[in-house]
Amino acid sequence: MELVCPAGNLPSLKAAVDNGADAVYIGFRDETNARHFAGLNFSDQRAIKALDYVNKNPRGKKVRLFVAVNTYAQATNWNRWKKAVDMCADFGVDALIAADISVLDYASKRHPDLNLHLSVQASATNQASLSFYHDHFGIKRAVLPRVLSLKQVERLAQKSPVELEVFAFGSLCIMAEGRCILSSYVTGESPNTAGACSPASAVRWQTTANGMETRLGGLLIDRFDNNEQAGYPTLCKGRFEVNGKVSHAIEEPTSLNTLDLIPELYQAGISAVKIEGRQRSPAYVAEVVRIWREAIDHYQTNPTSFSTHERWMSGLAKLSEGSQTTLGAYNRPWQ
Amino acid sequence: MQITLGPLLFFWPKKEVVTFYEKVAESSIDRVYLGEVVCSKRRELKLDDWLNIAKMLQAKGKEVVLSTLTLIEAESELSQVSKVCENGEFAVEANDMAAVHYLTKAGIPFITGPSVNLYSAEALQVLHRTGLKRWVLPVELSFDHLKLIMSRLKELGINDLETEVFSYGYLPLAYSARCFTARTHELSKDSCEFSCIKSSAGIPLATQEGDALFTINGIQTLSGSCHNILDQWQVMQDAGVKAMRLSGHSEDILKTAEEFVLAMGSGSSGKYVMGCNGYWLGEAGINQR
Repeated sequence: MELVCPAGNLPSLKAAVDNGADAVYIGFRDETNARHFAGLNFSDQRAIKALDYVNKNPRGKKVRLFVAVNTYAQATNWNRWKKAVDMCADFGVDALIAADISVLDYASKRHPDLNLHLSVQASATNQASLSFYHDHFGIKRAVLPRVLSLKQVERLAQKSPVELEVFAFGSLCIMAEGRCILSSYVTGESPNTAGACSPASAVRWQTTANGMETRLGGLLIDRFDNNEQAGYPTLCKGRFEVNGKVSHAIEEPTSLNTLDLIPELYQAGISAVKIEGRQRSPAYVAEVVRIWREAIDHYQTNPTSFSTHERWMSGLAKLSEGSQTTLGAYNRPWQ
Repeated sequence: MQITLGPLLFFWPKKEVVTFYEKVAESSIDRVYLGEVVCSKRRELKLDDWLNIAKMLQAKGKEVVLSTLTLIEAESELSQVSKVCENGEFAVEANDMAAVHYLTKAGIPFITGPSVNLYSAEALQVLHRTGLKRWVLPVELSFDHLKLIMSRLKELGINDLETEVFSYGYLPLAYSARCFTARTHELSKDSCEFSCIKSSAGIPLATQEGDALFTINGIQTLSGSCHNILDQWQVMQDAGVKAMRLSGHSEDILKTAEEFVLAMGSGSSGKYVMGCNGYWLGEAGINQR
């Protein structure tokens, strides 16, 4: 099972490689990728340095480099996505991760040797949808949205025409990826249109007599007591009023952690596990990758007696939103 | 300009659904999209019941389209989508690439709903090659985007693709594995007691300052205010839009449709209780101007 790790910049990429990533995924410095944040991502020059680093991995093993061109090409600037695809082909990246059918179509026709992975943003959750992308664009792998239960993942893996990659750890999208525009409803920008969810430009932090208030597009997302850690105002994790009761009506601030599921994912034939977090620091990437590497190696040497170590779980909990983790949709009661 | 009625997004008792569509049959609506698109656990009506409604509407002169489930997780859901695609009688609106796959394979021309991510003419071209005959603009795209897409379609030589715009109703914004209605009632999804049936127009969710934000509708999250760009019919017509979609959350939708028909007939933009229209203007969808 390939460990696929995030890098928003060169130091994070080095941290991922040095701590045992099998593959690292990056994005270019524009709206063609779903983590389009200021100061993040790779210019052409930086992408070449990234390639050099993965090719000369000091640990001796070849690390693969994937590039996400996984937003929806907009009518205003379709050629930008085309250029991003051409760059991936020129660089000889190990995979292009894409969601938009026009991007996939262009890539498969113009660069037939380019290895295509279907991004989670394509919202492909079932065998027929995967078949569509496989038949039309020859995708080799798909990243599954975080909406399927473990049982559903296992069944899909039996029938899927392509390799499957699932999310292992990181921020938890509550909604089916590629099918959530809560962000643009409040800010005008969504992952699909701008590669951004709850963009920083729309965020406000205010200290008030009622405590710390976080706002998005002027709307109150949450209010924190002095003894609470204020979280980033993401629409799905705010405290709202429903039927007269204020609560985390959609989800609590929490991160996905599937370390416990490593044996099941292996047995299901899942090809890769993905760590979320291109927006995270090199130190975060280093620690998460190190723990996951250790856990996967541990399973591979002791497949019958694998158990999660407490130090892995507490190490990951410290790096999680609200210091708590969940199995998310993998676990049916969560749904 | 055709007026269409989108699939019913809420869970109503069977009797109410049947009565509602009997009234739709007598309305000025040209085309009706039918079927459960939100949650497969909503089984007040089976496929045969929907087909009976479809036949009744067709007999009254309506064009009928069957609309498929949007978020497909279980194999049973996938086989249901396959059955709808193979109905052999009515056109199908695909709300997921699974339906696109079945329809393409069978060589059946199809329609895409607003949750199929088509953001450019180039993307439309790909599906046009496989049989796309009509598409519904993703709800977050603006009029400026639509104009760009339409002119690019012409450059690509695509002249027979019909465009429909979601013009009235709560906007579908997100789909999840989790059921928020069940969560609100402190139930799990697997034992949800079909509680969606208790809220015929969903459950309002507001900020702690009382601003309407979203509407909870099972696994779907809708906008908190009703989107309304009906007054834009003339610019849409000039831009080549063929149909405007209304999405109902009560029988009042029929009154809105009749008022709208009158407004178009008299060449006026109409007088409505304003809702949100930000997306159409290229702003946050919640905005109202």
